[in-house]
Amino acid sequence: MVATRPRAQTPGPARSRELTRSQRENRAGLAYLSPTLIVVLVVVVLPVLWTVMLAFQRIRLINLRRAGVFGEYTLANLKLVLSSPGFWSSLWTTLVYTIGATVGSIAIGLIAALALRGWFRGRTLVRASVLLPYVAPVVAVTFVWEILLSPQFGLANDWGTRILGWDRPIAFLSQRSSEVSLLGWEFEVPLALFTVIVFEAWRYFPFAFLFLLARLQAVPAELEEAARVDGAAPTQIFRHVLLPQLAPVIALLTVLRFIMTFNKFDDVYLLTGGGAGTEVVSVRVYQFLTARFDIGAASAQALVLALGLVLLLAVYLRFLAPSVEGGDR
Amino acid sequence: MDRATVETRVLRVLRWVVIAVLVVVTLFPFYYMLLLSLRPIEEVLQNPGRIWAGPAEWTLRTYREVLTPAGDGGQGFIRFLANSAMVSLAATALTLLASIPGAYAVARLRFVGRRHVHFLFLAVYLFPSILLAIPLFVLFTRLGLRGSLAGLTIVYIAQTVPVSIYMLRNYLTTIPESLEEAAAVDGYSRLQTLRKVILPLAAPAVMANALYVFMIAWNEFLFALLFLVEDRADWTVSLGLAQLSGGIEVSKTVLMAGSVVLTVPIVILFFAAERLLTEGLTAGADKG
Repeated sequence: MVATRPRAQTPGPARSRELTRSQRENRAGLAYLSPTLIVVLVVVVLPVLWTVMLAFQRIRLINLRRAGVFGEYTLANLKLVLSSPGFWSSLWTTLVYTIGATVGSIAIGLIAALALRGWFRGRTLVRASVLLPYVAPVVAVTFVWEILLSPQFGLANDWGTRILGWDRPIAFLSQRSSEVSLLGWEFEVPLALFTVIVFEAWRYFPFAFLFLLARLQAVPAELEEAARVDGAAPTQIFRHVLLPQLAPVIALLTVLRFIMTFNKFDDVYLLTGGGAGTEVVSVRVYQFLTARFDIGAASAQALVLALGLVLLLAVYLRFLAPSVEGGDR
Repeated sequence: MDRATVETRVLRVLRWVVIAVLVVVTLFPFYYMLLLSLRPIEEVLQNPGRIWAGPAEWTLRTYREVLTPAGDGGQGFIRFLANSAMVSLAATALTLLASIPGAYAVARLRFVGRRHVHFLFLAVYLFPSILLAIPLFVLFTRLGLRGSLAGLTIVYIAQTVPVSIYMLRNYLTTIPESLEEAAAVDGYSRLQTLRKVILPLAAPAVMANALYVFMIAWNEFLFALLFLVEDRADWTVSLGLAQLSGGIEVSKTVLMAGSVVLTVPIVILFFAAERLLTEGLTAGADKG
C-alpha cells in the first residue's frame, strides 16, 4: 500500500497508457465511494458544522426560521451553559461514569477472555451467550435491570431483605447516595451512579472480550510453553508473557470505550432519566433540546462535550498510552 | 508444592467458577425477562423472588395485550414491529448498496484521498451521536422529514456505512488479486468483476455485515425518540416499548412481554450469524 502511493500522486513522466489507466482507476474509485461520501457529507459532516454555528446563535425552535449562516453570532449560549447550575457537576459525573464503565468493562472482558480461552465442552455456546448483553436491544435490557432492581417488586431487593437480611429495600436507581460500612469503615457511595456504571460494564464487557480473545488466540503457543517449562506460575506467565502481548489492544480498547461511553445517551436516559446524581452531559443536551427547545444552548452544551472529549483523549494519548501508536496501524 | 503447581490448581477451579458466574450473569436477565412475561402480574407482586414457574402457571395474556392493535385496546406492537422491520431492512439494503462498491474502492483502487477516507470514517464512527442529533433534529423539522421513517433510515445509513466499509474492506483484501486479473482477461468490466467474481466470494462477509447493520438499526433508540415520538403510528419497537413504560396502567409483565418481542428477533439473528460467521469465514478463506 505504501509503495503505490507515489504513483498516485506524482503523474511524472510515465507512459501515457499507464497514466490513463491510473486516471481511470482514480475516477472509478471516487465513483464507487461517492454514494457513501455524499451520505456522510450530508448527514454527518454538514450537520456538525451547523452545530458549531448554532452554538453561537440564540435560537429556539420557535424562531428557527431566522437561523442561517448570517445570523447574529454571540457567546451567550456558552456563557449560559458554563454558568448554569449543574454544568460542572454533570461534567464530573460524565467523567466518573466513563472511567468507571471503561475500566469495568475491560477488566471483566479480560477475565472472561482468559477463562473462555481454552477448550471445554460447550465453549462455542458459552462464548456466544456471553455476547448477548452487547447485542440485545438497549431498551429491553435496561427494563429488565430496572425491574430486577426495583424496590417494590425487584428480585434483588426481595432476596436482599429475605436472605441477606437487609433492613429495607434499596432503591438502586433512584437513590443518590448510600452509606456503606465495610470492615467497620463507613463511607458514602453514589448509589445510582454506581449502579449505572455496573450496568454499563455488564453491557459492554463482551466488546472488550471479543477484541482480547482474538488477540489472545494469536499469541504463539511456544511463548507460553517455554515459560511453563521454565517453571513459571500462571500469574507470572500472564504478567510477563500475555500482558505485554495484550497491552496494545487494551490501550486501543481504552480509547474506544472511553469515547463511546463519554458520548453515551441511551443507557443513562433509560435507566434513571438522568436523576439521582447520574446526569451525564449527553442527557443534559437532550433536556435542553426537548424540554426547553433551546437549540442554541443544546448545541453549545454538545460542543463542550465534544471539546472535553478531544482534550481528554489528547491528554491520554500524549501521557498515558504511548503504546497505542505502536499497536495501531 | 511449588508456586506454579499451587496456582495451576487454584486457577483450574477458579476458571470454572468464572465461567459459571459469566453464564449466569449474562443469561439470567434474559431468562428473567421471559419468565416474568409469562407469569400473571398478581402472582409476581406477591412473590417477586421466585425464579421458576411451571407451564401450568403461564399466561399469554401479556403477549395478547402487547400485540393487539391500539384500536382494539392493545398496545399495537405488530405495527411497531413492521415499522422497525421496514426501517432496518431498508437501512441494511441501502447501506450494503453503498458500502460494497465503497469497500471495493478502498481495498483495491488507487484514488486521490484514499488514505484520508479512513480517517473520515473513523471520525464518523466515534462521533457523539447526541451532537449530530441537534442539527438533524432542526434540519429534518425544516424539511418535514421529522416523523418520517425515511428520514430515520437515512440517519441509520450514514451511521453504519463507515463501519460497514471498514469491515468489508478487511475481507476484500484477502481475496487474491489474480482472480480479478483473470476476470479482466475474460473481458469482464470492473463492475461485472465486482458483481460476478468478488461478490460471491465475499458473500459470508456481506451477510455478516448485513446482520450487523440490521442489529444496529433495530436496536437504535435516540434518533427514533427524537424523530418519531409525536405520531404513534410511526413508532419503532424500541420507542414503543420506552413509551409503554411511561404509561401508568401498564403492568410490568406486559412491559417484559414487549421486551421479549423486541429482543427475540435479534437473538435469533445473532445465533444464526454466529454460525454463519465461523463457517462462512473459514470456508471462504481457502476456496479462492
